[in-house]
Amino acid sequence: MIRLLKQREVMLLAIIAIIVALVTTRSAGFGRPGNLTAIFNDTAVLMMLACGQLVVILTRSIDLSLASNLALTGMIAAMVNAAMPGIPVEVLILGCIVVGGLLGMFNGLLVWKLNIPPIVVTLGTLTIYRGTVFLVSGGTWVNAVEMSDRFKSFTRAEFLSLPMLSWIAILVIALFALMMLRTPLGRAFYATGINPTAATYAGIDVGKTKFIAFTLAGMVAGLAGYLWVSRYVIASVDVARGLELQVVAACVIGGVSIAGGIGTVGGAVLGALFLGVINNALPVIGVSPFWQMAISGAAIITAVIFNARGERRGGRIILKTAEAG
Amino acid sequence: MCPAVGMAISCHIPGITLPLVGRAREGVLTQENMTEPVLTLSGISKSFPGVRALHDVALELYPGEVTALIGENGAGKSTLVKILTGIYRPDAGEIHVRGEPVSLPTAHAAFEKGITAIHQETVLFDELTVAENVFLGHAPRTRFKLIDWKKMRAEAQSLLDSMGAELRADTRLKELGIAKKHLVGLARALSVEADVVIMDEPTAALSQKEIEDLYVLVELLKEEGKAILFISHKFDEIYRVADRFTVFRDGEMVGKGMIKETAQDEIVRMMVGRSVDHIFPKVKAEIGEVVLSVEGLSHPTEFADISFALRRGEILGFYGLVGAGRTEVMQALFGITRPSGGSITIDGREIAPRSAADAVAAGIVYVPEERGKQGVVIGLPIFQNVSLPSLKRTSTSSVLQLAQEFALARTYTERLDLRAASLSQDVGTLSGGNQQKVVIAKWLATNPRVIILDEPTKGIDIGSKAAVHAFMSELVGQGLCVIMVSSELPEVMGMSDRVVVMREGRIAGVFDNKGLDPVTLVETAAGIRSQAA
Amino acid sequence: MTDAAETTHRHIPDRLDNPIKSAVLSWETLLVLVAVVIFILNSLASPYFLNAWSLSDLTFNFTEKAVIALAMALLITSGEIDLSVAAIIALASTLMGMAVQWGVPTPGLVAIGIGVGLACGAFNGALVTGLKLPSIVVTIGTMSLFRGISYAILGDRAYGGYPSDFSFVGQGYVWWVISFELVLFVFAAVLFWFALHRTNFGRQIFAIGNNAVAAQFSGVRVARIKFVLFCLTGLMSGIAAVMLTARLGSTRPSIAQGWELEVITMVVLGGVNILGGAGSITGVVLAALIMGLVTFGLGLLNVPGIVMSIFIGGLLITVIALPILYRMWRERRA
Repeated sequence: MIRLLKQREVMLLAIIAIIVALVTTRSAGFGRPGNLTAIFNDTAVLMMLACGQLVVILTRSIDLSLASNLALTGMIAAMVNAAMPGIPVEVLILGCIVVGGLLGMFNGLLVWKLNIPPIVVTLGTLTIYRGTVFLVSGGTWVNAVEMSDRFKSFTRAEFLSLPMLSWIAILVIALFALMMLRTPLGRAFYATGINPTAATYAGIDVGKTKFIAFTLAGMVAGLAGYLWVSRYVIASVDVARGLELQVVAACVIGGVSIAGGIGTVGGAVLGALFLGVINNALPVIGVSPFWQMAISGAAIITAVIFNARGERRGGRIILKTAEAG
Repeated sequence: MCPAVGMAISCHIPGITLPLVGRAREGVLTQENMTEPVLTLSGISKSFPGVRALHDVALELYPGEVTALIGENGAGKSTLVKILTGIYRPDAGEIHVRGEPVSLPTAHAAFEKGITAIHQETVLFDELTVAENVFLGHAPRTRFKLIDWKKMRAEAQSLLDSMGAELRADTRLKELGIAKKHLVGLARALSVEADVVIMDEPTAALSQKEIEDLYVLVELLKEEGKAILFISHKFDEIYRVADRFTVFRDGEMVGKGMIKETAQDEIVRMMVGRSVDHIFPKVKAEIGEVVLSVEGLSHPTEFADISFALRRGEILGFYGLVGAGRTEVMQALFGITRPSGGSITIDGREIAPRSAADAVAAGIVYVPEERGKQGVVIGLPIFQNVSLPSLKRTSTSSVLQLAQEFALARTYTERLDLRAASLSQDVGTLSGGNQQKVVIAKWLATNPRVIILDEPTKGIDIGSKAAVHAFMSELVGQGLCVIMVSSELPEVMGMSDRVVVMREGRIAGVFDNKGLDPVTLVETAAGIRSQAA
Repeated sequence: MTDAAETTHRHIPDRLDNPIKSAVLSWETLLVLVAVVIFILNSLASPYFLNAWSLSDLTFNFTEKAVIALAMALLITSGEIDLSVAAIIALASTLMGMAVQWGVPTPGLVAIGIGVGLACGAFNGALVTGLKLPSIVVTIGTMSLFRGISYAILGDRAYGGYPSDFSFVGQGYVWWVISFELVLFVFAAVLFWFALHRTNFGRQIFAIGNNAVAAQFSGVRVARIKFVLFCLTGLMSGIAAVMLTARLGSTRPSIAQGWELEVITMVVLGGVNILGGAGSITGVVLAALIMGLVTFGLGLLNVPGIVMSIFIGGLLITVIALPILYRMWRERRA
């Protein structure tokens, strides 16, 4: 399986490279490092959210409320900034992570303590969190004029010719990769998804592990809330609408199994990057950007078919000859 | 009474000492000093809705000793294991570890108290590597508290090597067979600082050589001073590895002692109790013409070259080790598995069932071993379970007729002496034995020609067992024919007219049950002897 | 232990619990109570509420979604789900709009709308049952695909110019305040109620939802039934597309955005177990009515739609959590 997953990552990387190469033949500017880093920066939020979603899906759950969480924390951050420009951005970011984490915890608690199916819980909080954006903002927008300069420039500041937004995404991805590969918690996410019964026997609290997964995903969404608002210099009710499904799509394309237990940070990130490259490539090759959605839909379906073939667990092989052959 | 009854009792006894007769005792070192038990259970009781699983049982485990827990299916052994591993909480009773009273509310608590278990179903993680399966939850860490993969792999490898297991630590578990997975489970038990190791039917799916290797490992565990609870109902291995024994019957402790001071037939008597006469009331039925004939049935990976004929009024036993491919053959007859070659003929008409619905239409029905997963639809009431395959008959132009459904369900469940409060009760609230009666009632209502019973009495109480056996006799008396897959030697010997023995996906022998020696069956199934044909 | 040898058979009664008592304690009763309370609150809150035309307008709030919810209820009861229903509306509506440009008359438009829905449903069904894929991801994919095709065709344009007799489907009244949409919904509800609760087909759906493997082992043709259910859900989405398009008189690719979640909320609120195996059409109809009442009532109070969604989301979680909390509280006391 490790080979297959690696294959998936290599395959995705190759596909992305081929797309970039092909598009570059049509428009030389596309493959320039400057443009590629711009695409990366564009996809930064999606990649981070995909990491959060990955952890949730690994535990046989799903979080449909991530985009609403992002919109709500983003709005809160923007309003706080507009009202009290003196608060340092770093503090605001921490605040966003905490708020996002709390929203994630609420999902997690309902799943853990009340055993409500995750899809129902997050379907509910998807609308609740989104509606709350309206409640806290009174339906108004926070726009560029109201935001402090530092609030806006923080994500744009370049370091080694990469904007801060990209660096934050890289940091988040690295932390998730480290957690998944090198900490007992990361392995507990896998164990919970692969075989909850066995995980219980191995001393893992399955419910609590799910709770932690939702909390982590919420924290990422909260952080993304600030990043989004700062990058697009607008906070409104409609921020990132529909992004929740793009995040799931990124995971599925990255080889994450919706049935839990299978998937890697690398896969989820590449899945997101694939969507980002497609989105950026379409206008360049003269295809209407309105094709974007249909293409990502087709990509998801293709990926699911691929995933299913890789996941199919081999039955018991009884005949000796077959085992040898 | 019929001669088969006497047969059934006597076959317990010759069956016991095989196939390791002669060298059964040599590995046993009894320590009859006055060591304190590591683990003491007293007064443990546990009930589930409708079932009393354990009643006031006691158990002691001593360091460096193997205690065998003996009992029939459904005697309460698995429940006890679940209590010891923190999955279930007992309703009453005390657990002491090294004299200290403890409670085991979670699996983690049990783990921390030094209790670990290797389970009947290898409950491990298919998608993870062997090393990780061994060390999940207690992996070696680096200075920064991160998992040290290199060290983990190396430690797992040396552990596996020391066990003589030919395994690589970085193989994915899903690439391994059942026996190898067992070894990983064992390695896991060895890797933790456990004082108590529970081995729940560890040899169930192992070959003879693998079993021998396992015995060596048990010795290793003993030398390390671990207290081992060894659950099995194979007497040869109990006499081979155990120092002490405790016998459970119907959720109660009925005896304990030192193995070498106790004769086998004494333990057998404790295990089965007095009711043994009532288990196999086989009545010989008139054997008629061939109803079902199977020719060269094959499957790419599961079975090959399966040929046999089944006659009217006959009970054909299918014996073999767990995992010999018997269930797979039956599911091919039932349209679940698609065979790659061969033919199935029923009443002279060749059929190729592509679904269970096709098989039922052709008159073949299947009572599966996995009762809860494949047999009954838990969540639906009893009468709806019974009528499910017969809805066409109980409805008028596809519109449900509840009165007819109830009438159908009543006819067959009462015939099977189902114990239920009402027919609208959720089938999930019934005991295993009564669920099995619902499954059988469901199939009888379809007027089948051939009824396949896969481990029909596994995990059900003795009363229901007797009812199922009596009913099988009744069925063949009425001209049906029965295929009975069973791993219980007494059941196979007591009920079958002929016995097909399968081994590694092929038929290893077909025997007429007339003066048949159980030793022959066991040896054929294990590959020690091949049928002189 | 030997009582199995008894030859006298015991009589097992058909049922024990009093059907009246279990009806009183049912989920549907709770929904009726909730509906009555909201109805009273609405009439107290606004003087314009208790009026035949207001009540008639109210029905337009939910009939289109509820038509899909009927089929979705069957699908979820069988243990599957379809997130692509709103996207099917978009695609069906877009293709109808295209047909209008070619001068296709009303009957043709209706046929196209329903046909596209059915085809989309069959596509979902084939992927799920034929290739054995999880329905939740498949329909997340087709959701993007179907709506994506709409976007690809329409971009930021819109189709309009529907024939005037076409609008009857979405705007017409059959008699006095009784709209065509309402009649259609009631008719469909009766049909689905009958199918789920009174036929072999419905019984097999419940069996599959409780345990698909055991159902298959009992001779139920599981894949075939699931395929039919996906087709039905597509078909009803197609019908909803016709209704909605006729009511709005125009098509944009963003039509019915987010409806999939509202439809599923309706179904779950109606007491259908999201994990499959339990559910009732009566409950779904009541849930549709409640959601219609809430949105309409809040609308009368000038509460914006987005805030209403908080109520709906909150209702969904509360209604599911409350019985669980109550059970936990009772177990703790016992």
